[in-house]
Amino acid sequence: MQVSLKWLKDYVDIEIAPEELAEKLTMAGLEVDSIHEAPPPFKKVVVGRIISINPHPNAEKLSLCEVTTGEAVFPVVCGAGNIRVGDMVPFAGVGASIAGGYTIKSSKIRGEVSEGMLCSEEELGIGEDATGIMILPNHLIPSQELAGALGLNDTVFDISITPNRADCLSVIGIAREIGAITRQKIRYPKIQLSEAKQDIQQITSVEIRDADLCPRYAARVIKDVTLKSSPAWLRMRLEALGLRAINNVVDITNYVMLEMGQPLHAFDYRFLEEGRIVVRRAKQGERFISLDGKERVLDSDVLMICDGVKPVAIGGIMGGLNSEVKDDTKDVLLESAYFNPSSIRKSARLLGISTEASFRFERGIDPDGVARALNRAAQLIAELSGGAVCRGYIDQHPRKIETAKNIILSTQRVNDILGTTITAPEMLSILEKLEMATQKVEKEIYRVTPPTFRVDITREIDLIEEIARLYGYNRIPITLPSISVMTVSDDRKGKLQESIRRLMTGHGYSEIITYSFISPQFAECLGLKEGEEMRSVIIKNPLSEEQSVMRTTLIYGLLETAKKNANVGCSSLKVFEMGKTFFHQREGELPLEKNKLGVLLIGSRYDDTWHFKGIKADFYDLKGWAESLLDGLKISHFKFEAGVPQTFLHHGKACNISIGNNLVGFLGEVHPDVLAKMGLNERAFVCELDLDLLVSCLSHKIIFREIPKYPSVLRDVAFLIPVGLTAKEVMDLAEEHREELLEKVNVFDVYTGCGIPDGMKSLGLRFSYRSSRKTLTDDEVNQVHNSIIKDIVRLTGAKVRGVEN
Amino acid sequence: MIGALEELQKQAEAEINRAKTEEEILAIKTKYLGRKGLLTHLLRNIKELSPDERPGFGKRSNEVKEALSEQIENSIKEKASQKKSKALICEKIDVTLPGRGVKHGRVHPVVQVLEEICRIFMKLGFSTVEGPEIELDYYNFEALNIPKNHPARDMQDTFYIEENIVLRTHTSPVQVRIMEKHRPPVRILSPGRVYRPDSDITHTPMFHQIEGLLVDRGVTFGDLKGALTTFIKQFFGDATALRFRPSFFPFTEPSAEVDIQCVMCHGAGCRVCGHSGWLEILGAGMVDPEVFKNVGYDAEEFTGFAFGLGLERIAMLKYGITDIRLFFENDWRFLEQF
Ligand SMILES: [Zn+2]
Repeated sequence: MQVSLKWLKDYVDIEIAPEELAEKLTMAGLEVDSIHEAPPPFKKVVVGRIISINPHPNAEKLSLCEVTTGEAVFPVVCGAGNIRVGDMVPFAGVGASIAGGYTIKSSKIRGEVSEGMLCSEEELGIGEDATGIMILPNHLIPSQELAGALGLNDTVFDISITPNRADCLSVIGIAREIGAITRQKIRYPKIQLSEAKQDIQQITSVEIRDADLCPRYAARVIKDVTLKSSPAWLRMRLEALGLRAINNVVDITNYVMLEMGQPLHAFDYRFLEEGRIVVRRAKQGERFISLDGKERVLDSDVLMICDGVKPVAIGGIMGGLNSEVKDDTKDVLLESAYFNPSSIRKSARLLGISTEASFRFERGIDPDGVARALNRAAQLIAELSGGAVCRGYIDQHPRKIETAKNIILSTQRVNDILGTTITAPEMLSILEKLEMATQKVEKEIYRVTPPTFRVDITREIDLIEEIARLYGYNRIPITLPSISVMTVSDDRKGKLQESIRRLMTGHGYSEIITYSFISPQFAECLGLKEGEEMRSVIIKNPLSEEQSVMRTTLIYGLLETAKKNANVGCSSLKVFEMGKTFFHQREGELPLEKNKLGVLLIGSRYDDTWHFKGIKADFYDLKGWAESLLDGLKISHFKFEAGVPQTFLHHGKACNISIGNNLVGFLGEVHPDVLAKMGLNERAFVCELDLDLLVSCLSHKIIFREIPKYPSVLRDVAFLIPVGLTAKEVMDLAEEHREELLEKVNVFDVYTGCGIPDGMKSLGLRFSYRSSRKTLTDDEVNQVHNSIIKDIVRLTGAKVRGVEN
Repeated sequence: MIGALEELQKQAEAEINRAKTEEEILAIKTKYLGRKGLLTHLLRNIKELSPDERPGFGKRSNEVKEALSEQIENSIKEKASQKKSKALICEKIDVTLPGRGVKHGRVHPVVQVLEEICRIFMKLGFSTVEGPEIELDYYNFEALNIPKNHPARDMQDTFYIEENIVLRTHTSPVQVRIMEKHRPPVRILSPGRVYRPDSDITHTPMFHQIEGLLVDRGVTFGDLKGALTTFIKQFFGDATALRFRPSFFPFTEPSAEVDIQCVMCHGAGCRVCGHSGWLEILGAGMVDPEVFKNVGYDAEEFTGFAFGLGLERIAMLKYGITDIRLFFENDWRFLEQF
């Protein structure tokens, strides 16, 4: 909402500087976004003094003047007869501009040079007098900027009005606030209407067919108006606030709306068939051309203003092309109504229009202000257009518009909620400044009735806010809430995420955050065909196609991040993201949300330095990280099982990760086809873990085990086994022995190539034996060890290298 | 005889001092102190002395022997250490070459800010909870006193999944979900992603908020001021000026916006603060009785306050970032700075 200082001063005395006023308004909840100067319609016009006037040699009606600005003397050809030597006049030199945007140029008029122009009020756009040059007061000083000298500059405040403060969508509304803040009285405009003899009842009628959507409709008729451009004062007021002046009738409806907050509409009476107004709902699918020339398709929730035959306006939103006032309009029917706020909002959204009128109606106008604004506008139209206002006005008011009355206010409650010790008289004084009626019920209890324009105040808490607002938030003492502990379930997920973040960054992985919405291309790109990842949630109104589907996996975002970084020359990356994935369930139901950890490793294992050059990361780098992460989270029973969990992973280099019986995620190299589709040139390795499942696998306790007292005995064996046999299969056989003395088995070497037959590989295992009771002898170890080896050899067909068997 | 002894000592000491290597010293040791050494040899002649002279000579010769032994041992140690240090010098490397790269990972700046904020509120007894990011219209709007067809909906443009399912536009619905399940006292923080269809240098369609809620008996607006002042002073520094000014949120009343003195210009006015000297950093207010009604709390018995702030905005102020979109581009050259 924009308001100008000059306009405000019509209603309230303002003695403080604009900046201070802005500060006060802001601190009372009317946030001033900016303050700017609004200049008059001319530019660079200065005060000049006439030093000589001589007749023009070639034109009888023109004269040659010399004008001084104190600094220089300019020859000016002038046609006005009202000037005399010594007069102070507005001088528009070369480069200045006057109303209508005309820029003054040096010229020759009938053979005589003219270096500027002397202006009339009308030419300057600041008054109506066009008969002669504007003669300025003598105390002005030549060369002074005219706008400053005459005080024609205005100051405009741009204020953001919160949706609850419908009453502040008008200049008077803001003035009222200023009055309450600065303890000044408000001067409401006096309405003095002289009516003609003709009674409005004989000319028109209003029929409201839907009182829910239109509880009140008032109208006046003004006859024999002359449409022309508005007087300068009105144009300047509107233009200062960024509105374009159109003609006197339309300008007045806008002016009164800005002044009082009541939207008005003027119909050309001659286009109203049967000369009457009918307010009804639109028919389903009814078509109507609004003022902006667009054809609108309506439905039965939209309220229409009609004449006896056809619609002439969309109620409260926009007038129609068929009844708009035109240059030759003679008789005007003026509408001032109250429309149902939520219905206006619904219709405006349906039609995709928001107008100054709908904006005010949907927030709620003053139900008692309808007739006042009507009369004010009728008066101004009569004054400025020469029309005659018919006697009386129509005020159909089929439904009472409820306004809050007698709200009970406990002064104790005010202080309890604010933490203050404001006295009752102080509170009452604040409320009274806001034009609220107060009445004592008993000690500390009052009945408060807000003015009808404060549609936002219906409850005690609303009054408390008003008291706090004008008392000043910054005067409310600072206290600390007393601690009482809440018993919410422990935040295990948060702690898990914290641990993961610590472990990940320790491993050199950086956290990224990608958008939760991705391109629908992701499925095709990742080669997804079926399964959970295809159950995506789709946004109905996305900003773009690329951000239209909620992700079902973090992998796509990770690969896109790799791609974006590769494009800027960073092809090696170790990153992770923690966030939600979303899965459609059933129509009308919230989707399933799963918290995931996604990890990506691409490019070199280390930064290229003088130590390492071009060492590429591989599967085991990421797996090693995963093992370390799970170990770091104190999760013990995790397994990596060969398989092809996902279509976007390399068939031979992918595995499932499970903990106990829970499949918690996958890890693997990205399929070369996917890399190609993403435009990635480096091999990439990804892992995704389900954090919700991981949380359920966390063990809370660490139980200390005694440090072994006796030494372990190691036995290394190299097995020759088929390439297809996994290390785990061999090691599991040893585990299955459940040999008490076998502490653990590690892989110490894997080898294929020279000396190993085709289709075979060498797997070196290190067996570690230990007893908790004594130091083992070689014999004791050999007995157990040999039986394990024998079993492995028997069950797998492995050969122990270096031993003939 | 004594004279010969003194002479021998002098001679031996001179040789020890001249010796350059451990080997030379060992040779000197053999020459003088060995079984066939010169000192041993001299001692054998003790019989030639008179019985009175013998004790004096014996004592003196022992002293010479001990002195020489010590000097020889010291010299051996010294020579050995010189040799070792010479060997180490041969192993000398260029210590100015860079170390073998171990790169630590970075925590995303938004998360760093989040963690810091959580730490501060944790000290005030708040604990963290989560809620769904895709929400029912009811929780995102209606339960928060934002009915359908209400102008307050203009404050938040919304992504829709279905007519009554939206991407949450703020973290406030978590308040409602928590209050539905827990009786007061409630003291929670709820951070997370929120979504609004908006995209420019200061808006991304996804961003992060953190929401706080405290409900108990006797909670006042003064308490709200106290908790948020504590937070701001701890986060932005003790000297940070701040102000509370009236505002409007449908789910709080009275509502407030909290401004801090501009961190860029310290109140003088600059582009960042729109020349006002102040930066709006959070919204807050006393929980509206209508919200309490919706979750079945008695507004006469309990009062509470809620607040919410945008993490990206705070991170932008903290680090001087001017384009919010950088947070989600995940460009390594951006991330590695944090
Ligand atoms: Zn600033």
